[in-house]
Amino acid sequence: MTSSHTISVLVDNEPGILARVVGLFTGRGYNIESLTVAETNAAEKLSRITIVTAGTPMVIEQIKAQLDRLVPVHKVHDLTLEGAHIERELALVKVRSSGEKRVEALRLANVFRAKVIDAKTDSFVFEVTGTTDKVDSFIGLMSALGLVDIGRTGIVAMTRGGEAL
Amino acid sequence: MKPEESATTGADLLVKALIDEEVEVVFGYPGGAVLPIYDSLFKQNRLRHILVRHEQAAVHAAEGYARSTGKVGVVLVTSGPGATNAVTGLTDALMDSIPIVCLTGQVPTHLIGNDAFQEADTTGITRPCTKHNYLVKAVADLPRSVHEAFYVARSGRPGPVVIDLPKDVLMNKHDYVAPQKPIEHKSYKPRTKPDRALLHQAIELMAKAKRPVFYTGGGVINSGPNASRLLTQFVHMTGFPITNTLMGLGAFPASDPQFVGMLGMHGTYEANLAMYNCDVLINIGARFDDRITGKLAEFSPNSTKIHIDIDPSSINKNVRVDLPIVGDARRALKGLIDIWQKKQPRTDQKALKAWWKQIDEWRGRNCLAYKQDAETIKPQYALERLYHHIKDRDHYITTEVGQHQMWAAQFLKFEKPNHWMTSGGLGTMGYGFPAAIGVQIAHPDALVIDVAGEASIMMNIQELSTAAQYRLPVKIFILNNQYMGMVRQWQELLHGGRYSESYSEALPDFVKLADAFGATGLRCTDPAKLDETIQQMLAIEGPVIVDVAVDKAENCFPMIPSGAAHYDMLLGPADRAARPVSEEGMVLV
Repeated sequence: MTSSHTISVLVDNEPGILARVVGLFTGRGYNIESLTVAETNAAEKLSRITIVTAGTPMVIEQIKAQLDRLVPVHKVHDLTLEGAHIERELALVKVRSSGEKRVEALRLANVFRAKVIDAKTDSFVFEVTGTTDKVDSFIGLMSALGLVDIGRTGIVAMTRGGEAL
Repeated sequence: MKPEESATTGADLLVKALIDEEVEVVFGYPGGAVLPIYDSLFKQNRLRHILVRHEQAAVHAAEGYARSTGKVGVVLVTSGPGATNAVTGLTDALMDSIPIVCLTGQVPTHLIGNDAFQEADTTGITRPCTKHNYLVKAVADLPRSVHEAFYVARSGRPGPVVIDLPKDVLMNKHDYVAPQKPIEHKSYKPRTKPDRALLHQAIELMAKAKRPVFYTGGGVINSGPNASRLLTQFVHMTGFPITNTLMGLGAFPASDPQFVGMLGMHGTYEANLAMYNCDVLINIGARFDDRITGKLAEFSPNSTKIHIDIDPSSINKNVRVDLPIVGDARRALKGLIDIWQKKQPRTDQKALKAWWKQIDEWRGRNCLAYKQDAETIKPQYALERLYHHIKDRDHYITTEVGQHQMWAAQFLKFEKPNHWMTSGGLGTMGYGFPAAIGVQIAHPDALVIDVAGEASIMMNIQELSTAAQYRLPVKIFILNNQYMGMVRQWQELLHGGRYSESYSEALPDFVKLADAFGATGLRCTDPAKLDETIQQMLAIEGPVIVDVAVDKAENCFPMIPSGAAHYDMLLGPADRAARPVSEEGMVLV
């Protein structure tokens, strides 16, 4: 019954807005799997918050209704229900190793089309972009090759086709 | 121009904005951060300030004012403790959807975040207990924030809004900008107009119903007196039975034969069984609260459910409904009446007749019966006699929280909306007396009675000083059983009669207490003298405390024990041992 939903929320970029959204989730016991936020329209001072959450259909419906009730919220869209959409995540992955492991890490990075954005003689920082699955499997492979640090953005998402939200 | 002659400091702008919002009364308490506002208040005579004795009471008084008038209640408190003291009142107003604008002082902007004297993160603390809040950081934003706050507080599903005002913002100068009407908010757009096609579907369901019941709540009251009139008209047109929630009492006249009483945990036998057995349930402005539904899995299991609510998040929250309709109760009722009149649906008269026969049988159980003897006053009797003496006068009732509140809901009859104020959602002890003060301020000539318990009244007893200062003739009718009665009742039924900390030890002498505050105190211990005492209370012009010594062991029935279903009601003391409360039920409050 429980399923994961990606919800896109268009909000006024004003102080406290993130606290309102996050407070709603903690206060009502909903869970947040991932959350990203940044200003997307400077002229109108709008931010887009992308939340991945899980729940039964009734809970998901409730989450959307509660989000929509917040005064600075303009739009709430359930991308999972509203047809085709794309999701991407970016991760920075630091690996420290030498010899064969170092070479293997670099080769796998190539396979995953990850970029090397920092290199020292004993370390790399890779930038990898893709679906959560792809990022997960890249990190999984690196864990055997000297993984020391991970930073992930969480999911950003958008509907397919020419329409705006 | 000398600075003190300028009429455009932030504080002056604020007062001007309040006057433009047609505010007449502000309930408040001064302090360092709001001194500029108090200075502005001092220099004008359009706004009346009522000085309370605790900020919580200021909010409850504003709630009483708002609920009895339909206007927005306004509160003014200082920073830090002023704001934190207001939090209980704000939460109460949020739970019961009461329009409040609460102005809080704040330390000057350059000190915010420095742990300054009397600093609290007011917007942070009040975020989950308000409909919305504002921190005004520049004087230029002040008038707009005030007008927006009033719009948000009163529109859609009403609620409390906080405006946090740093002291420098109150002292800086700017030109006043009058509010634009009608206000268009860029993101907040409540849906008040119900979908006509859905109303048609509702009428179709109702026309075919064999065992229908209306279940209506505070949303009808909040929608204004016209909504209650339309509800009454529509219920009469259909001939269906109607039950009200605690918040919805007064939206339909209690004396009407179609009224089956309040429903829920302490609702009537007939109302709860009608809910359980109905085939079409028409919910208007109620939210399937846990006090109403009892055990969710067995809540009205065989009914088609129609739910009309202005707040989409109230729909399908606890109970899945078949026909959700988002909109304002008044507009929905208008639409329903219109369609009903046009279609003239032929209802199943035979089935409805059988349904009413069944309901009358349930009514015959006389679930509110009690036995009055010559020795001790039963609380139910005290309220029946009270009602007898006030029923022909314009009266407003407030209550505290507990047994007395439920008995008041059962034994006083509410014929009109906006005459009954009780803390429903939050269940705030100490609500009733300050709320009564707010009602009395709004209706100086009306009879305002706070039905109280001896424990609850102690929670805001300091407001006797407010009542004395403004010569408010509020009557406090205490049903004194020397226990936190509802706690005691649960301890008796659920915790083996271990009355842990529920005895009201070291109570004051309420007669002397009244005297100390310049009010009148009366006491009654004898059932034979009760009428005389009530008449005496009503004859006194000033504030009165009546200390009625009632049966200490009386329990409030009927009762659906927590976790039980509607059919599983305890009707009286004899029922108690038969069904032990489930473990599942024990964890519920």
